[in-house]
Amino acid sequence: MSDTAPARPAAAEAVARSLRRRYAAEQRFRLYGMVAVGLALAMLLVLFATIVANGWSAFRQTYIQLELALVDADIDPDGARDTTVLSRADYEGLVKATLRGMFPDVTKRREKRELYDLVSSGAAFDLRDAVLADPSLIGTTVRLWVPASDDLDMYMKGYISADSPEDERRISDRQIARIEALRAQGRIETGFNVGFFVSGDSREPELAGIAGALLGSLWTMLVVLVLSFPLGVMAAIYLEEFAPRNRWTDIIEVNINNLAAVPSIVFGLLGLAVFLNFFGLPRSAPMVGGMVLALMTLPTVIIAGRAALQAVPPSIREAALGLGASRMQMVGGHVLPLAMPGMLTGAIIGMARALGETAPLLMIGMVAFIVDLPKGPLDPATALPVQIFLWADSPERAFVERTSAATIVLLMFLICMNLGAVLLRRKFEKRW
Amino acid sequence: MAITQSAPSSIHAHRTSRRAQAKMSARDVNVFYGDKQALFDVALDIPAHHVTALIGPSGCGKSTFLRCLNRMNDVVEIARVSGDITIDGGDIYALDVVELRARVGMVFQKPNPFPKSIFDNVAYGPRIHGLAQNRDELDEMVFTSLEKAGLLDEVRDRLTEPGTGLSGGQQQRLCIARAIAVNPEVILMDEPCSALDPIATARIEELIDELREHYTIVIVTHSMQQAARVSQRTAFLHLGELVEVGDTQDIFTNPRDERTQGYITGRFG
Repeated sequence: MSDTAPARPAAAEAVARSLRRRYAAEQRFRLYGMVAVGLALAMLLVLFATIVANGWSAFRQTYIQLELALVDADIDPDGARDTTVLSRADYEGLVKATLRGMFPDVTKRREKRELYDLVSSGAAFDLRDAVLADPSLIGTTVRLWVPASDDLDMYMKGYISADSPEDERRISDRQIARIEALRAQGRIETGFNVGFFVSGDSREPELAGIAGALLGSLWTMLVVLVLSFPLGVMAAIYLEEFAPRNRWTDIIEVNINNLAAVPSIVFGLLGLAVFLNFFGLPRSAPMVGGMVLALMTLPTVIIAGRAALQAVPPSIREAALGLGASRMQMVGGHVLPLAMPGMLTGAIIGMARALGETAPLLMIGMVAFIVDLPKGPLDPATALPVQIFLWADSPERAFVERTSAATIVLLMFLICMNLGAVLLRRKFEKRW
Repeated sequence: MAITQSAPSSIHAHRTSRRAQAKMSARDVNVFYGDKQALFDVALDIPAHHVTALIGPSGCGKSTFLRCLNRMNDVVEIARVSGDITIDGGDIYALDVVELRARVGMVFQKPNPFPKSIFDNVAYGPRIHGLAQNRDELDEMVFTSLEKAGLLDEVRDRLTEPGTGLSGGQQQRLCIARAIAVNPEVILMDEPCSALDPIATARIEELIDELREHYTIVIVTHSMQQAARVSQRTAFLHLGELVEVGDTQDIFTNPRDERTQGYITGRFG
């Protein structure tokens, strides 16, 4: 007859005592989990933020407006408008003369060179292209926006401060004065950097673009897809559905798993020894790069393919076999379509890894300085990650932002691939 | 056949005559899974246009025996089957396995429609065997099969919808429709109602009774009531041996073996 709660049995008492401890443990565990997720996300965010902060300015480029008097006698002495004659004219001299005309006070040799250095060496090529595209310009005065040099570009983007001591910057006080004069006249402007997306590599940062590396990566990926996906799917189907289980298939399985863990540079060495030295395939070609990366990707595709096949419920196989379907009909009609989304995911994950791979490509010479855009898988090319590596190695300040910009493009590419994989899977899964 | 040499001639004659009438017949069937023997010298005749029920406790080999009849055990890599099984007097191992399975269809324990439309589910068998000459014939076959399986009225308006969207009982009837679309002679059913509720079960049992007119049916069941309701002949298996076989009524009212009696009175199972 007490006013306390009714006495609980001993077991319930013990449970009640331990309850607090158990819930506390659970709370703690959840906290650890959230901290881990938070840290991972924060690091990812820092990574992306750094890359974007460094790289976004590379998508813009400073241009200078020049008023060029295209004197007939200078460019086309014969007056025949012959393309070879037109393309050989001294456009560089014309650009320099125009610059001198804009600043008549420049007389000394050194001052002249400083003046010329404001404009990219690509200006002469732009002018030539303009004239070749429209020869009727000859004899008139054209206003042309030409890319500024990387130093001017860096100054305009605020990476070079006018307050720092003159001998510590790549741009002199005199040059800064000229830039400010041009800016006052409205002859300096910053616009979208088209060249970055349409040109190949260059020694001049303001002329360097990723188009060559992008195309090289595309050709390489195409070769990887064409080689590794059908081969991988076939191998997975045979091993999973047709091969007997014996010592040989066990050995094969173990070795496929081993191959998936082999460092990528080893595949590069293999490519160098077999494809280049033994078969004599061309160096620096996306074809060979694709073959090497396909070898590297194959185990991933096979393993993912087998996992996808194993995930197809056995009841579906029995249903098909019970109706008198042959093994081939069972696989082709039911198992493969159900396993396809998983196989595609495996292939895309493998390709994404291959897209970001640098080491094997170094071995087979896709690390060269290549200006021309590759027109096919046999033309010399580099790939995006190799281009990033090359630019990261360059001393010019302007290459820093380009390195980050190329990384942004590579990341975009990967995101697009993964998005494509998700969409493809959705589409396939909806049908079933 | 070793046993017939020493057996009295009257029994031999009796056995052969029985065998002659049977749609399918099994003699000396032994099945091994690896080193473990699952069936011991099973001999069973399956009369045409009858429902034969296989009953027995879990692990007695009912399903194993059923799967011998259309060689589904071929798929199981460690399974080894010996003995003599015939359909219409012909050895089933002399037939191509595809042909055998077209003649001996199967319905599984868990409804397993293909993740395709209802129509494509039923049309699959005729399609792979090339039974229909044109689209009209195929439509005809699909409709007849769904009709026979008692499903047509429920799905007539949604033949293009996925078969997996049906209820469990409907899915199982879809699987039956799919099996009979190939026009088999024998239908094997491996506990077809064990995943279904009582109403769906009653529906399938009715269906089995109707199907008996056109097909020979062998059904494995855990439920003795079900065996009593749907079958004309019952075989009782225990620990891989065929203990007793006879008319369903005899087995349930007057079992000769005490193991059978023990099982049907619920003393073990």
